[in-house]
Amino acid sequence: MQAYLKLDHIDKTFTRGNATTEVLKDISLTIAKGEYVSIIGHSGCGKSTLLNIVAGLTSATNGGVLLENREVNSPGPDRAVVFQNHSLLPWLTVYENVKLGVDKVFSSTKTRAERDAWVMHNLNLVQMAHARDKRPSEISGGMKQRVGIARALAMEPKVLLLDEPFGALDALTRAHLQDSVMALHQKLGNTILMITHDVDEAVLLSDRIVMMTNGPSARIGEVLEVPLARPRKRLELATNPGYLKCRQRVLEFLYERHRFVEAA
Amino acid sequence: MTMPAIKAEATAMAIPTASPTSAAPVVTMTPKPAPRAEKYVKMGKEIAARVVPPLIVLALLMLFWELVCRRTGSTLPPPSRVFKDTKELIFDPFFDNGGIDKGLFWHLSASLQRVAYGYSIAAIVGIALGTLVGQSVWAMRGLDPLFQVLRTIPPLAWLPLSLAAFRDGQPSAIFVIFITSVWPIIINTAVGIRNIPQDYRNVAAVVQLNPLEFFSKIMIPAAAPYIFTGLRIGIGLSWLAIVAAEMLIGGVGIGFFIWDAWNSSHISEIILALFYVGIIGFVLDRLIAGLAKVVTRGTALN
Repeated sequence: MQAYLKLDHIDKTFTRGNATTEVLKDISLTIAKGEYVSIIGHSGCGKSTLLNIVAGLTSATNGGVLLENREVNSPGPDRAVVFQNHSLLPWLTVYENVKLGVDKVFSSTKTRAERDAWVMHNLNLVQMAHARDKRPSEISGGMKQRVGIARALAMEPKVLLLDEPFGALDALTRAHLQDSVMALHQKLGNTILMITHDVDEAVLLSDRIVMMTNGPSARIGEVLEVPLARPRKRLELATNPGYLKCRQRVLEFLYERHRFVEAA
Repeated sequence: MTMPAIKAEATAMAIPTASPTSAAPVVTMTPKPAPRAEKYVKMGKEIAARVVPPLIVLALLMLFWELVCRRTGSTLPPPSRVFKDTKELIFDPFFDNGGIDKGLFWHLSASLQRVAYGYSIAAIVGIALGTLVGQSVWAMRGLDPLFQVLRTIPPLAWLPLSLAAFRDGQPSAIFVIFITSVWPIIINTAVGIRNIPQDYRNVAAVVQLNPLEFFSKIMIPAAAPYIFTGLRIGIGLSWLAIVAAEMLIGGVGIGFFIWDAWNSSHISEIILALFYVGIIGFVLDRLIAGLAKVVTRGTALN
């Protein structure tokens, strides 16, 4: 497999005063171009820390991240993040929020008119063009997350990082947005790394599911290939034996072999 | 309690229009202005509900004051006397006989000018220092204790020192305004900057904003509600300080006007001046509050 994004022996230790906590231990993972990989694990296992390391927002204690064989250790638009709580700037409109990134990334390669068209193109992709002049406080949670996705996509990232992107949404909105993300992945062929704690979401969306053991010193416990053809349809999959088998495997991993232990 | 009245009026207007619509074309025009009139009535009632109670309280206070101060031998003049004594000052605020013998407009504008200079400098310096203290842990550790001590010094205590330094009344007064209003601006800006959510910083990092863009596009808008709180406290304090400072430095200005009136035993003029000082302080506060509303529209606290 051609490595596009490579996590190379990543350790992460937090030090506070004299106490040191090893959060991640020897995480290695290779992701191919266009692949959709999910990282699943119990809360507190360090999966968000791992995503932050890939994004460059946190630095690894040992090891590093390679993107197209080049080390990356600071944040940048080539690894755009969709944050769990959307993180739209409340004083900017929907359009201006997306434009903030576009203006920076394409300041020299696109004219003003082209940048404007590109912002609208990306808002159209997530069906939010109608709300271009609304402020984040005026739109629903699902809509905010759509704009967050548009903002990330508009930077034309090499890797799209999704940090529990649907975690704060109700079940119906979540399903709707999952379908949107699937359609976008199908259409644009992005490489996506997603953090989730939802088993169904992981199986439905991913090509591979990376299962993390419990922290401290969380490792990759198991990597599961999801051999389901795309495009995938939620309703058809509900009875698909391949889907159910994958689901079973993840559930077994999470609830039998690495049951969440309440910290003493 | 006012609602039934409005409803009754509305139905009263509606009834005559309903029956003769087919009879005369002129009558069909009446339904259109009806809702507008209703709106004005409603608006008028709302305004009245806000304006009437303070007017009643004011009238009662005036009456009380009149009754108390009317007796012979009272030390302060009653409102009727104040009005009689200061009629010239009220109706001709623009006279200028040279020196400090000027209309109230000139005194007030001189004071406002000093406040404008001192406060503008305080706003610029305060936001800049506040940003520094809010952003840098070392700047905070170094400067915050100093600020906490300096901000407790009463405004007038700075005046002799600034007179010694500047050797002139005008810059000294401006300095006193500056030093009075700068602390709340610094402290509130610093709190605002420190409270910028990590999420916004992450967004800025991913988009790779440079420090200048981060300052103008993230920091200032995110901290704006806090900054304006500081600015509002600051304008109030500077208006408080100017009167006291002007009493000491003399020259044209509402503070010295009051002091001069006291020295010439024109108590009525003092009362008139206090009235103006209060109104202008109120207007200044509203101005900054209005500005805050415009600038932070909709994002005051998200």
